[in-house]
Amino acid sequence: MTKKQKKMLTRIVIALVLTVIFSFLPLNGALGLLFLVPYFIVGYDILKKAWKGIWNKQVFDENFLMSVATIGAFALGEYREGVAVMLFYQIGELFQSYAVGKSRKNISELMDIRPDYANIEENGELNQVDPDEVEPGTVIVVLPGEKVPIDGILVEGTSTLNTSALTGESLPREVNIGDEIISGCINMSGLIKIQTTKEFGESTVSKILDLVENAGSRKSKSENFISKFAKYYTPAVCYSALALAVLPPLVEGAVLGNGYTFATWIYRALTFLVISCPCALVVSIPLGFFAGIGGASKEGILVKGSNYLETLSQAKYVVFDKTGTMTEGVFEVSHIHPVTIEEEKLIEYAALAEQYSTHPISKSLQKAYGKAVDKNRVSSVEEISGEGVTALVDGIGVAVGNKKLMRRMHLAIEPCDQVGTYVYVAVAGEYVGHIVISDRIKETASKAIQALKAAGMKKTVMLTGDAKPVADAVASALHIDEVHSELMPDDKVSLVEELLAKCQKQEKLIFVGDGINDAPVLSRADIGIAMGAMGSDAAIEAADIVLMDDNPLKIAKAIKIAQKCLRIVYQNIYFAIGVKLLCLLLGAVGIANMWLAIFADVGVMVLAVLNAIRALFVKKL
Amino acid sequence: MKKTYKIEVDCANCANKMEEAANKTAGVKAATVNFMTLKMNVEFEEGADPKSVMETVLKNCKKVEDDCEIFF
Repeated sequence: MTKKQKKMLTRIVIALVLTVIFSFLPLNGALGLLFLVPYFIVGYDILKKAWKGIWNKQVFDENFLMSVATIGAFALGEYREGVAVMLFYQIGELFQSYAVGKSRKNISELMDIRPDYANIEENGELNQVDPDEVEPGTVIVVLPGEKVPIDGILVEGTSTLNTSALTGESLPREVNIGDEIISGCINMSGLIKIQTTKEFGESTVSKILDLVENAGSRKSKSENFISKFAKYYTPAVCYSALALAVLPPLVEGAVLGNGYTFATWIYRALTFLVISCPCALVVSIPLGFFAGIGGASKEGILVKGSNYLETLSQAKYVVFDKTGTMTEGVFEVSHIHPVTIEEEKLIEYAALAEQYSTHPISKSLQKAYGKAVDKNRVSSVEEISGEGVTALVDGIGVAVGNKKLMRRMHLAIEPCDQVGTYVYVAVAGEYVGHIVISDRIKETASKAIQALKAAGMKKTVMLTGDAKPVADAVASALHIDEVHSELMPDDKVSLVEELLAKCQKQEKLIFVGDGINDAPVLSRADIGIAMGAMGSDAAIEAADIVLMDDNPLKIAKAIKIAQKCLRIVYQNIYFAIGVKLLCLLLGAVGIANMWLAIFADVGVMVLAVLNAIRALFVKKL
Repeated sequence: MKKTYKIEVDCANCANKMEEAANKTAGVKAATVNFMTLKMNVEFEEGADPKSVMETVLKNCKKVEDDCEIFF
């Protein structure tokens, strides 16, 4: 509790005790004014604020409502009710401020990844400096237990890093010399030295903090609705209360001739005022969104604003890129089909002949070979653009390449039923086998598609620049509804636009990509989700929602978090407005008394705030 | 130019009022108040001096909500 809250609590307790004591004393007539003592103890600041509001021509607010209602109650001789309204109003306010403060703290702790300093070694001593002052290329030291302050490359030491603050992934990551290190991770075991590659302001951790801190500046429709609602609602209620206090008794007295009953109607009007206080709505709606965004960031899902959470909850179509989203985006040797020689030999020839090539295919061949290549065994390497490589390996002529190369050498090749890129190998003028290289489908991809369906998605669509057989194979393995292959980046945009045109008003389209060359599509879709943002600035900027790791399961999780959050927000809107309207009606006809009014105000607010906090709990979704 | 300021305010509705007051201040192009993170983002008009604009913003905010503070 803050100092302010503690002071308030003391005031509430003293006033409560006094009120209870006075309630048991036989205070008749003027002695009832003793209730003014606890009233002023607990409510003087409200009265002051109401007065200042009138002074500054900002009449209609909660303070005004409460002041008028309580002063009116005293004027009618309802001393106990007058104190009680003020007392419970203050209890409600205190609870709200405590709850909001608590969740604010919770959430900021979750995102507590801001590094305070960087260690620089000078003359054998470690100096702590402001990370802002560290130039790119400087070597910084990160001790066990410290946060990595700036992005860079590991140059000394090995360690395990805890990336949970960034990705929500609890499994520690091992790092070795040469690995890229992302700021915001916590160094768990050994002392490491990192050569920075970026300035602090450009590092992952700064970008993320920036994103999270500005999340609230994009407000959702529901939030805007509530602030507009509150603006017109309070004056409307005040005038209605005034009408309720004056018109019915006038009608009764003057028209019907039943005598004037001002006291009864004023009491009803005051009840009306107490009920109508808009706090429950005004607090719980932004709190709900805030909790939702906080809960999501705990899971490594960064939402750039509550408006995106709102749109995401209405998602019905998910469009995604293939490479890097559903597949690893790393090419690997998946099958080796030798004809006349052993598997190892086939890979060895291919790896040796391709060793000078920078093509990704060459890299995957080297990886599959697994041993260092002996450069002395290879001579007269000749690269034939668009076809492959010919070379002498151990003095024997080897040709490694695609179909075209084999055709030019008049070699017959066998058909293959595997999907991927084929690398054919010929040794001494004779075809000896082929190697299939393909992108691996992510382990969780299939589950992710199921989860999306379970979350209510109508259609999943995959777009890729890749060849049709490859795309079709991935799509059918994952049970994706629609697939478009061999697309140029522009085609993706126009396909997404076509799909957008088909969506109904309340159906939103998500595009998920790895963010690097998907920027135009990411911004064209209703919601752009970038995956695997660790290290990719383009992704963080282009997307509305950023998944910190590249697990496709998180897409469904993000949607579920959004759905839960919006469910809670709507529950609160309907619940608060519903209860208030009902009580207003009961109050107007005289069934509801001041006590029910207090429940309608404070009780509803407490319940709505508690409900809003539920949006924070998203682990099991 | 965009700047972010830490603020102190007690209730969400008051934060909304501050936002409105800030937006009406001369020199402010757009302002948003985030009650949950207690931050005010202000985008200034071109050529405006943030410091003097923020003084007026604070004055205007105090008018609508006495119990608020902006740290700049």
